[in-house]
Amino acid sequence: MTNPLKKYGDARKERIDQLAAMSDGSVAVADAGTIEEAPGVSLIASAWRRLRRNPVFLTGLTITTLFIFLAVFARVIAPHDPAIGYLLDKVRPQSNPIPGPEPGFPLGADNVGRDFFSRLIVGSQQTLIVGVFATLFGLTGGLILGILAGATSGWVDSLVMRAVDVMLSIPSLLLALSISALAPRPSQWTLIIAIATVQVPVFARLLRGTMLQQRSSDHVLAARALGIKRSSIVFRHMVPNALGPVIVQATIVLATSIIDAAALSFLGLGNPDDRQPEWGQMLGQAQQFIYDDPHLAFYPAACIIIVALGFTLMGESLREALDPKSRR
Amino acid sequence: MTFKRKAAPVVALTAAALALSACATSSRDSGSSGDSSSSSGGTGTFTFGAAGAPKLFDPFYATDGETFRVSRQIFDTLVDIKEGAATLEPGLAEKWEPSADGKDWTFTLKKGVKFTDGTDFNADAVCKNFERMFDQNEAGAVAAEYWGDNMGSFKSDAANSLYKGCDAKDETTAIIHINRATSKFPAMLSLTSFSMQSPTAMDKGKANDVQKAGEGFTYPAYSQAPVGTGPFKLDKYDEANKTVTLVRNEDYAGDKAKSAKIVFKIIPDEATRRQELQAGSIDGYDLPNPVDWKGLKDAGFNVEVRPAFNILYLGLNPANNPKLKDLKVRQALYYALNRDQLVKTQLPEGAAVATQFMPDTVSGYNKDLKPYAYDVDKAKSLLAEAGATGMTLNFAYPSEVTRPYMPNPQKLYDAMKTDLEAAGIVVNTSTKPWNGGYLDDVSAFKYDAFLLGWTGDYDSADNFIGTFFGNLKTNRFDTKDQDFGQALSDELKAADGIVDADKRATAYEDLNKKIMEEYLPGLAISHSPPALVVSSKVKGLVVSPLTAEKFAGTYVEQ
Amino acid sequence: MLRFIIRRLLQMVGVMIALSLLLFLWLRSLPGGTVSAMLGERATPETRARLSKALGLDEPIWVQYVKFMGRALKGQFGASTGVLPGADAFDIFLKRFPATIELSAFAIILAVAIAIPMGYVAAKRRGSAVDNAGIVTSLVGVAIPVFFLAFLLKYFFAIKWGLLPASGRQDSINCTRVTNFFILDGLLTREFDCTWSALKHLILPAVALASIPFAVIFRITRASVLDVLDEDYVRTAEAKGLANRTIRGRHVMRNALLPVVTTIGLQVGALLAGAVLTERVFNFGGIGDTLAVSFFTRDYAVLQVLIIAAAAVFVIVNLLVDISYAVIDPRVRTR
Repeated sequence: MTNPLKKYGDARKERIDQLAAMSDGSVAVADAGTIEEAPGVSLIASAWRRLRRNPVFLTGLTITTLFIFLAVFARVIAPHDPAIGYLLDKVRPQSNPIPGPEPGFPLGADNVGRDFFSRLIVGSQQTLIVGVFATLFGLTGGLILGILAGATSGWVDSLVMRAVDVMLSIPSLLLALSISALAPRPSQWTLIIAIATVQVPVFARLLRGTMLQQRSSDHVLAARALGIKRSSIVFRHMVPNALGPVIVQATIVLATSIIDAAALSFLGLGNPDDRQPEWGQMLGQAQQFIYDDPHLAFYPAACIIIVALGFTLMGESLREALDPKSRR
Repeated sequence: MTFKRKAAPVVALTAAALALSACATSSRDSGSSGDSSSSSGGTGTFTFGAAGAPKLFDPFYATDGETFRVSRQIFDTLVDIKEGAATLEPGLAEKWEPSADGKDWTFTLKKGVKFTDGTDFNADAVCKNFERMFDQNEAGAVAAEYWGDNMGSFKSDAANSLYKGCDAKDETTAIIHINRATSKFPAMLSLTSFSMQSPTAMDKGKANDVQKAGEGFTYPAYSQAPVGTGPFKLDKYDEANKTVTLVRNEDYAGDKAKSAKIVFKIIPDEATRRQELQAGSIDGYDLPNPVDWKGLKDAGFNVEVRPAFNILYLGLNPANNPKLKDLKVRQALYYALNRDQLVKTQLPEGAAVATQFMPDTVSGYNKDLKPYAYDVDKAKSLLAEAGATGMTLNFAYPSEVTRPYMPNPQKLYDAMKTDLEAAGIVVNTSTKPWNGGYLDDVSAFKYDAFLLGWTGDYDSADNFIGTFFGNLKTNRFDTKDQDFGQALSDELKAADGIVDADKRATAYEDLNKKIMEEYLPGLAISHSPPALVVSSKVKGLVVSPLTAEKFAGTYVEQ
Repeated sequence: MLRFIIRRLLQMVGVMIALSLLLFLWLRSLPGGTVSAMLGERATPETRARLSKALGLDEPIWVQYVKFMGRALKGQFGASTGVLPGADAFDIFLKRFPATIELSAFAIILAVAIAIPMGYVAAKRRGSAVDNAGIVTSLVGVAIPVFFLAFLLKYFFAIKWGLLPASGRQDSINCTRVTNFFILDGLLTREFDCTWSALKHLILPAVALASIPFAVIFRITRASVLDVLDEDYVRTAEAKGLANRTIRGRHVMRNALLPVVTTIGLQVGALLAGAVLTERVFNFGGIGDTLAVSFFTRDYAVLQVLIIAAAAVFVIVNLLVDISYAVIDPRVRTR
């Protein structure tokens, strides 16, 4: 008596594996050589054709591009140094805790007299750094574990995947919390590592799922029949083809890691050094002024929402475009 | 068919609910009774927003303000603190008299006082209380921190204890013997930890039965059912809804409380406390953030600023950085700090630049001392003289914390760091969460310089400078590595042992001068006043510099 | 089926043991610790040494772990040191968990009740106002930090307009506690004002918390219904002239719900994380709030119980989701 339920496995794994299944269609593109010249339309080409006309994707792309532009040139654009308390003399904890707008300081200052407008602009820089590096580290960790599990089988695979299961069973925020608390000296890098660690098991499972499918696909079987080395099969044939859904996931993780950074700052576990502002940190710190000066929270919150929206829109439309089903 | 299948769980649920409700009857009628028939005082409720839950209701094992705040309403102490001041006044003892050598103290007790369980408060009860506090098991001795701090030791190690014994001479006369004269006695008896509790109830609830369980302690039944002589008694602690309810002690010996009930709503988040106050669901809360003071006042609330009874200091650690052994370097750091601006821009109104390691309300404060004034050039030249120009300083501050003396550690730190850098000092920043390693590292002397402070327990110079520099081996200023360390420790001990109050005050004044001018083991930075905010309808509340308010006279105007 | 469940439960036990070991090592490697948290600035090296000896924290870590496991097997999880000193850690969990269940259940019911019908309508009328509104709401729901949404709700509904209470679980009225599910308790003891008060306190945090599952459930429902509507059997059913209701119930929803159910199960983890933030904003005394407090006071006993329990809940809910497949998916059932 075989058990029908076995097939379904753990629901969460299933979900991640569903994502993995999306790589099916893109198999042919990268290394099936001759097929490329064939008159058929490759998935990526067709995806791009549709993306170009997709307003959702274009909105996401515009927001993201603007954000990256702002982040790269933040220092040039910002009228003032975000770390210097120009208006410190006007700060009085009782009578004037937060100096209001005045010429040259369109949004006023924060509680130590630093130009709030400049801090918002420069904040994009650290926000981008946190988002990109958290995603990158999470991706790298996930790649290593996922490839290890997906390329091998047997006990290495089970060991890695059980470890991934344990990580998945801890509530994500708590995992991030504890890692940032473990750091001997809290900084933006501990924040980044904390957020990245939470993503590692997700990426690992995703990658393993797609690689498993690759393992039984024709081109891998063909390569194996030709006697190509195992490492070369893994890295030249399996990994590149398994990356599609991982990249989609990465786009979305960019958004969530910016939001997670804000959550950790809200709980008091962000980067305590605020001379290099970051939006999540600004939002977290603004909690104590939120009653009388809600604008200190609203602006960074709005920035976070818009940028997270941008990444999400882009990721979602990428996912849709790469989904072979939607080619119909 | 389908219907039946769907209906089955509903039926089962209903049955279960009925069964549950059969055994769950409202306890409301038996809950708070008789508040309508009370004759004296109002019938109102005073609701206070507490920042944390009381840890337990037996203050002897407590160390935190939120526990003491509740206990203070339930219990009285032998020696009380004058309302709105830091000076002593009679409590359960009408008067007290030391012997000539300051080692035997005779307390004359108030007559006619009863515990809320109906038993009498008398000399016998006083002695039973002290014997109970003295006679702790191993776990209890660790848990009873205030006794350990103030009395030194317990019965198992009686030789090292300040407390020696207690005699009930007659119904209203208790004599407490101590092993040596100290300035802290009898002021320490005003501590809420040393409240008088009902011996009968303590016996019944096995009050001393503290046990180790895993990595914590379990406390006996008594710790949830306290019996005191105070104006209020514990009604219930609704843990699930985070509220503590006290009801008036109708048999209170003195003036009965003006409110029939006090409700403590536990709201850990500062911003939420403020919202609750504005929404009218609490009548007041403690320690409003200084940046909120203006908004609260504008909204018509009374921000009651207490006199500062604390000190913020910058600790120095010469073992880590030998350059700090040079007085000139320490003075240079002091001159480099623009404390006037710091106090003006970072601390609440009423804050002051410190001239010594204690606030001016403590007897022994030297009012002739002048602050080290801000003078960068002098700082630079002193550094040059000491050959320490461009020195490096590992300077640390705590995160995840606000203290009354340090409303925003990071901002204070940033300001000081900027000042120090202006004097050519290279500052390396370290920071750790308060409970996440900062205090550990300070105790382990890991930083060259660090921010820390202290709020006084009672009016005693020894409670400030004695705590800071008295213990040569382990104090945080690492005075054992300074030439003057031993001398300072000895001088502190000598001053503490002077029996005559005036002579003792003079000795402390001289010592304060010496500490600031000759020794300078650390830099006393500032005093900041903690505040308490209440709605304008709250009457009869007198704030205490020790943040030790009693709410007996407080009521909410209808 | 039974064998499958047993196997999964055994697997879970293995994961829990591994987790407890990791957790133990992790907690003890955290900087600071119980001792500092208990003593604060009053600590002197003597009192610290005395306390850590009394608590057994000065022993080698493996000895501590063996002792911990020994006690845990006897059902003793130790006494709290920070959240509620002296109280049994497991007891704290039992007392506070109902609050989180109440909040999460309310949130998920809210999310499901709105997201599934909305997702269905959105898919049926692609591009309509409902569709667009749903998409925008779900996108913003994903992009907005949940604690900020919680704050916005509180700011407007509680503070500006005074419609609902700003924080807490109940007014400080005298209520009898039976199960610590405040809504249920009020019904059981017929203290209906207690239930009413609890309900009012529940609305804002539940709405804030619901934003996370709402977004996901809406999108999955919409996508999944779109997929199913394209299937041949639905077109056949339509062609046969079956009543709309029958098509919707028998053919579309039954098949479209499968991924939705999976998603709901997956949201449990996200809900727990969201609960930490939401409970903190609304001072809602559940385990999310307790987790944060125990973390900052380094209350090892409570942290261990809460995390292991949270992981267990997560795993069990996912197991239930897998079982519910059998109920929904006719293919699994008939086989």
